[in-house]
Amino acid sequence: MSEQPQRTARKEDLEAYEDIPGTWVFDAQRARQGYHLNEFLYSLMKDANRKEFLADEPRYTLKFKMTDAQRAAVLQRDWNKLLELGGVSYALAKLAFTDGKSYQYMASQMTGMTEKEYVDMMLKGGRSPEGWRSKAERAGKA
Amino acid sequence: MARIIAGVGTSHTPAIGAAVDNGKTAEPYWAPLFAGYQPAREWMARTRPDVVIMVYNDHVNAFDFKIIPTFALGCAEDFPIADEGWGARPVPPVRGYPELAAHLVQSLVLDEFDMTIVNEMQVDHGLTVPLTLLCGTPQAWPCRVIPLAVNVIQYPAPTGHRCYMLGQAIRKAVASWHEELKVVIFGTGGMSHQIQGPRAGLVNPQFDRVFLDGLSRDPERLVRIQPLEYLRDAGAEAIELVMWLIMRGALGERVQEVYRFYHIPASSTAVGNIILESR
Repeated sequence: MSEQPQRTARKEDLEAYEDIPGTWVFDAQRARQGYHLNEFLYSLMKDANRKEFLADEPRYTLKFKMTDAQRAAVLQRDWNKLLELGGVSYALAKLAFTDGKSYQYMASQMTGMTEKEYVDMMLKGGRSPEGWRSKAERAGKA
Repeated sequence: MARIIAGVGTSHTPAIGAAVDNGKTAEPYWAPLFAGYQPAREWMARTRPDVVIMVYNDHVNAFDFKIIPTFALGCAEDFPIADEGWGARPVPPVRGYPELAAHLVQSLVLDEFDMTIVNEMQVDHGLTVPLTLLCGTPQAWPCRVIPLAVNVIQYPAPTGHRCYMLGQAIRKAVASWHEELKVVIFGTGGMSHQIQGPRAGLVNPQFDRVFLDGLSRDPERLVRIQPLEYLRDAGAEAIELVMWLIMRGALGERVQEVYRFYHIPASSTAVGNIILESR
């Protein structure tokens, strides 16, 4: 087997993560910020917890050490804000499922499309990476 | 001795499992996908492996964020099906192979791959959807399964290079097991996709074609793909493709591609399937 391929330095990696448009990379720092938020979302795997949450959402969220901003984003189903504040998409999906919504619904909300528009985009072959590789490329396209 | 005879690369999109479980496979949205997997199902039925090593990732079901193992090997006798938030999939429980799994741990750790040993674990769509795609809907799964869960959710995931080397070590470990066993290794997840943020829905057929070609003909080129390239060119969740490199590393140098299928979309995902026989 070959030598270990050359790596990008860590700092450059982190800067490059931020340069990808429309994306919140779930790295160690973001995971740290999102820990209690994600533990809240994980709790929604249990039916009893889903029922308790839906019966009184603000009260249930107080059981977890989330920030006020995270709590507000949960109550508003502000999906992109939840990503920014450290939520990870697979955990966020459990909130969408608790609402009786699909993953595709949640994804469409993140893109600002209706669910139907989003499904149609995927049926037509999905979103091309052209114009979406970096913030500079995005600015050029916009 | 035991031998890894082939590798299967396949997506594990949860919506595929839901389509099967809810009787939607003949609907226009899904029919082309399931038709495309038919030859792979026939290959699996002909090949009849004794054991499948399933390289997959857990999606915040077996592991929450308290502990995030990079490589976790399932050593249990049985792996119950997880309730991911909408009820457990109605598929048979997964039967493990604790004796062989223990041997793999022994061999891999001494080979400097420090595996996390998991003696109790529920398995989610990452593991069950590939079984459904390749085995259909039997009363019991036709083979034993050793789960190998890889962290690809919290960055950084292990590099493609590391994954490829782990595959090579798995090949060696299996070859030193005393029973005559046919082993097939699965690399699952991918292909190009992004399922979060305003960029959700991104897929890249060109990237995926190069990746499939590379598995067949030039895997050493693939191991050099950097995490950022997956992110930029193929979507935030395309990093799952490093799991396919564990599979490829476990096949030895020479392989014969016996089947390939590619389809867009399943939910937000570009779906790929490849079968490589070890030569």
